[in-house]
Amino acid sequence: MLVYITVLLVCQLIGEVAAHLLGLPVPGPVIGMVILFIALVVKGGVPPALEQVGRGFLTNLSLLFVPAGVGVSVHFALLAREWLPITAAVVVSTLVTIAVTGLVMAGLAKQHRPQEHRPQEHRQ
Amino acid sequence: MMSADGALGRTWVYLATSPLLWLTATLVAYQAATWLWGRCRMNPLLNPVLVAIVLLVGLLRLTGTDYRTYFDGAQFVHFLLGPATVALAVPLYRQLHAVRRSALAIGIALAVGSFTAAASAMAIASLLGASHDIVLSLAPKSVTTPIAMGIAEAIGGIPSLTVAMVMLTGITGATLGPALLGLLKIKDPRAQGLALGVASHGVGTARALQSSELAGAFASLAMGLNGFATAVALPLTLRWLLGI
Repeated sequence: MLVYITVLLVCQLIGEVAAHLLGLPVPGPVIGMVILFIALVVKGGVPPALEQVGRGFLTNLSLLFVPAGVGVSVHFALLAREWLPITAAVVVSTLVTIAVTGLVMAGLAKQHRPQEHRPQEHRQ
Repeated sequence: MMSADGALGRTWVYLATSPLLWLTATLVAYQAATWLWGRCRMNPLLNPVLVAIVLLVGLLRLTGTDYRTYFDGAQFVHFLLGPATVALAVPLYRQLHAVRRSALAIGIALAVGSFTAAASAMAIASLLGASHDIVLSLAPKSVTTPIAMGIAEAIGGIPSLTVAMVMLTGITGATLGPALLGLLKIKDPRAQGLALGVASHGVGTARALQSSELAGAFASLAMGLNGFATAVALPLTLRWLLGI
């Protein structure tokens, strides 16, 4: 258990160092994710203990965004001044992006699964 | 009376300088919000992240606590975002076969989604008369926080304001996204995950993981790739368009 918490932190640390040294536009934890991903591919499987640690982190992933989210309150004055364009841009743009991405992916993914063995499900 | 007040005051001063209070408050608020969400049949408008934030902002206002003091305690939760992001490699690896099979579809959907996220936000804000600073700060709103801050800096936005936009975007996507996907009859978990990850980064990914591991894997992939693509393409495009 402790081993894999250490593994996660080591991957993140390598990622942070790489991002700074190489001036990459990607944050350290994302590079750390790539490093762990490559390690899993090389190893050819997920050790059960890592599985357990990963689940511990990811089942509560939403919680981890709360402190940063509370920070929105710092910008209340600015957000209040231009609330209409900001609210409209954030809400409409986010929903349009979800709709467009979802529709494109659903349409394309359907076409690109000819080798799938499972028969196509029929949905009304 | 005076002494009780004094003791309470001293206790408050003690607690206010220790990380324990706001760390505990964050956990309690989130669990109360999760409980409420479950009680209300997972009503999307009662998204636990949203409710927990509202509860905590209210509590900070009531007690006259500034964000910096709050964050001194809450940073222990915030810190875990790093290793949690690394841990996203696990569902991604386990769904590798699904990702590989639809690589082309992922690439196209991602490019369309990345462009839509930035262009539509800038267009809507401009049309409604937002100031230049706001429009530029909004551009990377769908990108995960650390990348978005870097992009805002590169294109002349206000990084700390971008963080607020990013959080609002994440909450919007996680709150309303699943309902919209249902409305559009998009039932493929790969499409659901990709859409939530592209549009609302980690907060959307966390929401997708609550639906299924397949959706979560596609969301984390989308979050990473969208961050990378936007970081490269947005500054170059704006420089070319606006000549900055």
